Amino acid sequence: MIRDDIYEYSLDAHHDEEKGKKLRKKIYFVTILLTVITMVEVGLGIAIKQSDSGWPFVKWTFIALTLLKAGYIVLSFMHLGDERKGMRYVILVPYFVFLSYLIFVLIWEGLSVGESFPLTQGL
Amino acid sequence: MAGHASKQIDAKTLWGGKMSPFSTSYGKLMMWFFLVSDALTFGGLLIAYAFTRHAVDTAWPIGEETFDSLPILGHGYPLIYVALMTFILIISSVTMVLAVEAGHRMDKKGVVKWMIATIIGGAFFVGSQAWEWSHFIHGSEFGKIELADGSQAVVKGHFGDVKNFTIVTSGHHHKKGDVIAAGKHGMTQDEMNHDYRHAVAEGDVHGNTIMLHDGSVATYVKAKNEHVELIIKGNGGEYKIGDRIKNHSKAAEIYEKVATSGEKNRVIYGANLQQNEYGPQQYGQFFFFITGFHGFHVFSGVMINILILFGAIRGVYHKRGHYEMIEKTGLYWHFVDLVWVFVFTFFYLV
Repeated sequence: MIRDDIYEYSLDAHHDEEKGKKLRKKIYFVTILLTVITMVEVGLGIAIKQSDSGWPFVKWTFIALTLLKAGYIVLSFMHLGDERKGMRYVILVPYFVFLSYLIFVLIWEGLSVGESFPLTQGL
Repeated sequence: MAGHASKQIDAKTLWGGKMSPFSTSYGKLMMWFFLVSDALTFGGLLIAYAFTRHAVDTAWPIGEETFDSLPILGHGYPLIYVALMTFILIISSVTMVLAVEAGHRMDKKGVVKWMIATIIGGAFFVGSQAWEWSHFIHGSEFGKIELADGSQAVVKGHFGDVKNFTIVTSGHHHKKGDVIAAGKHGMTQDEMNHDYRHAVAEGDVHGNTIMLHDGSVATYVKAKNEHVELIIKGNGGEYKIGDRIKNHSKAAEIYEKVATSGEKNRVIYGANLQQNEYGPQQYGQFFFFITGFHGFHVFSGVMINILILFGAIRGVYHKRGHYEMIEKTGLYWHFVDLVWVFVFTFFYLV
């Protein structure tokens, strides 16, 4: 009988120098990518003012780039991309479902509160 | 997954139930669970921040206007310092992942080397954040002013140094006739400027006279403020949010009038939990709470990394046959970096 309760265990995730070289290459790639993204963000932030007409586009670009950076950190640095699919979903799906809902509810509510109570004059 | 289950693992590594969910270790999975819950906390805080920002109908501070200073070099460098902090944290995350990789090769030396690098990066970040806080709390040279029409403005420009105070009425400390200037009485230029600003905030500067902390009254000589520009952040009778008074001499005149009005709280410097010069009260509260909570995470991370470094140096993990401990602390450390990516976007960029 084939047992399905025994898996290769991640404690044994040892690798040799050759594979290490490959992994390090990937790490350096992600490093450069994250650095470049951050530099682009800062450059855009300095170049485009919030009063400029292109600002909404820049704002969403920032958010997209942030999610991209977050993706690389979680999947590559935290090795979640190398874990089993099931584990990936157990961690990410409930989190995203809950947070998207919370973002939707609270921003909607915030706008409504801002309209209903225009009392916070002054800084 | 029966087909994949080819390799028998020794009983030690299985969980109590003789299983190994997601074929991951107990410690790693629990670390992930902790991180998900911690991520919910940070998510909740940042979403509360978003809620407040959308609910407040006054101008929210703009990152590149609020954070434009560097240590020693002064102001005029928007976002550069925080970009540097972000870079430091990213690099320390990289050195951490390199430590994990070295662990997989059972390379003790490599692990120790990269852990030390990670700790240094983390300590740099915490130190940078301390500077950032200190700067945020002490505020800019000009502060935020309330104009005659009730509107409020942040001020940009070059602050003219205070040259001297000539005491005309004795106080507890200074005597009539004393001339206080930078380099005399142990006063530095910064202290002179600080005393002036303190008096401005308290409404103790009336025209050409100033009341110092000790109750003495003095006349003062001050260089002109230059390149002054006012950016309106709160609506008033004449000016509206978003207006800019770019005419330097007009802006300087308006500023001068407010600063020397002798009224308390017409000029606010820096930040505390009640008020701040950057924007609404809630902005300061969220800034302190969220960056503080994150900074505390970084600090804890550095402490944990130091403990693990000692373990690695003593060869505890080498004897165990695997460096999984490095992976687990690494997860926490990357998480701290991950949170900062979001804090950076929502506090400084957007």
